[in-house]
Amino acid sequence: MGRYVIRRLLQMIPVFIGSTFLIFFMVYALGDPVAALFGDKAPDPATAARIRKDLYLDAPLWKQYLHYMGQILTGNFGTAFNGQDVLELMADAFPVTLRLTIVAILFEIVIGIGLGLLSGLRRGRSVDTSVLLLTLVVVSIPTFVTGYVLQYLFGVKWAVVSPSVSPAAPVDELLLPGVVLALTSLAYVTRLTRTSIAENSRADYLRTAVAKGLPRHRVVTRHLLRNSLIPVVTFIGTDIGALMGGAIVTERIFNIHGVGYQLYQGILRQNSPTVVGFVTVLVIVFLVANLLVDLLYAVLDPRIRYA
Amino acid sequence: MRGGTRARTRSRVRSGLAVGAAGAALVCAAGCGGGGSATGDGTVRSSWGDPQSPLEPANTNEVQGGKVLTMIFRGLKQYDPKTGEAKNMLAEKIESPDQQNFTITVKDGWTFSNGEKVTAKSFVDAWNYAALTDNRQKNAPFFQDIDGYGKVHPASGSATAKTLSGLAVKDEHTFTVKLRTKFSTWPDTLGYAAFAPLPRAFFDDHAAWLKRPVGNGPYLVDSYTRGSQMRLSKWNDYPGEDKARNSGVELRVYTDNNTAYTDLQAGNLDLVDDIPSAQLKNVRTDLGDRYINQPAGIIQTVVFPMYDPTWSKAGMEKVRRGLSMAVNRDQITEQIYRRTRTPATDWTSPVLGEKGGYKAGLCGAVCTYDPGEARRLIQEGGGLPGGKVTITSNVDTGSHRLWMDAVCNSINNALGDDKACTVNPVGTFADFRNQVTDQRMTSMFRSGWQMDYPLVQNFLQPLYYTGASSNFGKFSDPQFDKLVDEANAESDTAKAVATFQEAEKILAEQMPAIPLWYQNGSAGYSENIADVELNPFSVPVYERITVK
Repeated sequence: MGRYVIRRLLQMIPVFIGSTFLIFFMVYALGDPVAALFGDKAPDPATAARIRKDLYLDAPLWKQYLHYMGQILTGNFGTAFNGQDVLELMADAFPVTLRLTIVAILFEIVIGIGLGLLSGLRRGRSVDTSVLLLTLVVVSIPTFVTGYVLQYLFGVKWAVVSPSVSPAAPVDELLLPGVVLALTSLAYVTRLTRTSIAENSRADYLRTAVAKGLPRHRVVTRHLLRNSLIPVVTFIGTDIGALMGGAIVTERIFNIHGVGYQLYQGILRQNSPTVVGFVTVLVIVFLVANLLVDLLYAVLDPRIRYA
Repeated sequence: MRGGTRARTRSRVRSGLAVGAAGAALVCAAGCGGGGSATGDGTVRSSWGDPQSPLEPANTNEVQGGKVLTMIFRGLKQYDPKTGEAKNMLAEKIESPDQQNFTITVKDGWTFSNGEKVTAKSFVDAWNYAALTDNRQKNAPFFQDIDGYGKVHPASGSATAKTLSGLAVKDEHTFTVKLRTKFSTWPDTLGYAAFAPLPRAFFDDHAAWLKRPVGNGPYLVDSYTRGSQMRLSKWNDYPGEDKARNSGVELRVYTDNNTAYTDLQAGNLDLVDDIPSAQLKNVRTDLGDRYINQPAGIIQTVVFPMYDPTWSKAGMEKVRRGLSMAVNRDQITEQIYRRTRTPATDWTSPVLGEKGGYKAGLCGAVCTYDPGEARRLIQEGGGLPGGKVTITSNVDTGSHRLWMDAVCNSINNALGDDKACTVNPVGTFADFRNQVTDQRMTSMFRSGWQMDYPLVQNFLQPLYYTGASSNFGKFSDPQFDKLVDEANAESDTAKAVATFQEAEKILAEQMPAIPLWYQNGSAGYSENIADVELNPFSVPVYERITVK
């Protein structure tokens, strides 16, 4: 187990270097960001040159990358164009997005697995059919549509919640955005759970469990659900990374100042320190989440062992 | 010389993105209007965008940072929100015998909100800081008219002097300014935020000042959380006439103007100064007379690359004029912009007023849609170069793609050739700006201009004078230059304006840039507040807003 974890951690290093370089290169390929700072006015050459030098933009790409990575290793993520440390931006943004992601994941787990279990146990009945139909509808509507519609209905029409989230972003204000963010994944979780349950309920070990005379709730939770959750856990694990980085649309709609907001702002202004810094952290989140998922397999299925 | 319309920096920041256009799906049904709870403490909750740069006066060249500066700073001059006229604010008097040497007397009794006196030195120090190349201030070129600018801000290399030789403090309240050339309307440029005075605290503890800026305006900064909000409160001891009529302002950063609009409808916000284009259809029904749509000092043009001989050779002026006549401005402003743009008939802006140099119809027939005449002129001029033209612009923000398609369709219809004009979209604003400044354009390209100060000079000289900073098409006409020089040396304002208009007539003949439309500023507000106005820069006049 320990060796496995170490091997996986070592594998992360090339993935990390490769992905940061790709991101760095892509942001760089967008062109020189300094001209845009001056609006439609011709950049003053002397000032522009100073800014380029400050941002290390006057060096060739490989040098910039080495310089940047050197900075990161000493814990310095650079400075955004508005003069703020990127590290400071992260300290503001990540807790907010983390809260939003947790809310969304909780919805996925509770409602998604619940509905999936329900419809999986009652295959072919009306409950099953309506859940399938409902998830189909949810999957086919883009997030920004559900976002704006729910925001309008709950925020303006019925005035039960505030349409936007305050800068502090407490959990109760994040409930509606959390639902919007979770909806698509929630539908997938439901469908995955349902299929998995449907398959496993015909498995031999389950028949044995029933034949032993175990109470039904024990059969369902200990034997059926636990074994059926493996694909679902994989999905939710990778979804954590996707939700954290992919909340751009939801964060915009509800004016949440999280990771999506900073990334969006960074891309719009071609602010490479912000974009690369945030993406770097997201890459780490992805890698760690994947590792945790793999380790969870062993917990869920005792047959899986890591040497 | 900051950006006009959405793609220029100041409005890039304020413009909502096309992504948010989905808000169009939400037609606000009758009766959905605001209401909601009043704040109770008399503050105005207003939408905001994250300022692009730290809030130094000489480093802020976009509208969001500019909003804060208009609240916490007062300069020598202040532009009247209604007429745009530059009135003395901190200036007791500004005198000049020769339109080149100015003596400025600062009023007594003004202080910064930390108690420090505003003196002649507060101005001179601030201006020297702004001009010095080491300080990387983006508005440094505003000081280029002052003598000695070349030494503190050389085009390359390091500065050979720390201070502008043209500035000299005479006594506590007097200083003199020597300009490089005659510039009669120079005092009227002093209302721009870059010319604001700065307290010693700015220089002594710069980092602390940036965290919580201290100025001499009607508001104090209470707290500033970068990237999310700023709270300002009324400064009770403010010495000026224009004291705040509300107890404070809360600026909230929105990334999506659709969300700000929704918050306004829900009564969660009092003032939105950027109505999303998708909501223009409904805004009248939603807000009624709480919707403001008035001219701002912004003009949109498409510029010809005059550095390209195919466009500048003799006879091509007919083609350029013909293309101008092929654009159906009325229809496009009506259909796409719902009258938040006004068809342009000169190269300035209606906010200048007749006295200030705006002259409706100066462009004459060549800015009026006439497909027959357009076809004839283009044929006479030898036809379009290579048989076709393109319009280039960035399309990442705003609705540039929409109007470019419309203009091209209009040209194609007029010429009866559906391949005559095509759109050349550029992915990002920065890329577009680089292509323009590197002179890589081969056909028409978009250029927006937002005035820095309400002067006709600002609409003409930086854009069309030979070698001027924002003359991106490299237009050059000796007669035009001569008239501009004459106008700048003229001490009588009416005569100066008339001379500028003479110069403008050369633009109508040469057509180096096709004027498309004047852009309006728009805003909507809740029932909680009243007396909302926009100034000529389309920034709300916060200190005049009253809270119910």
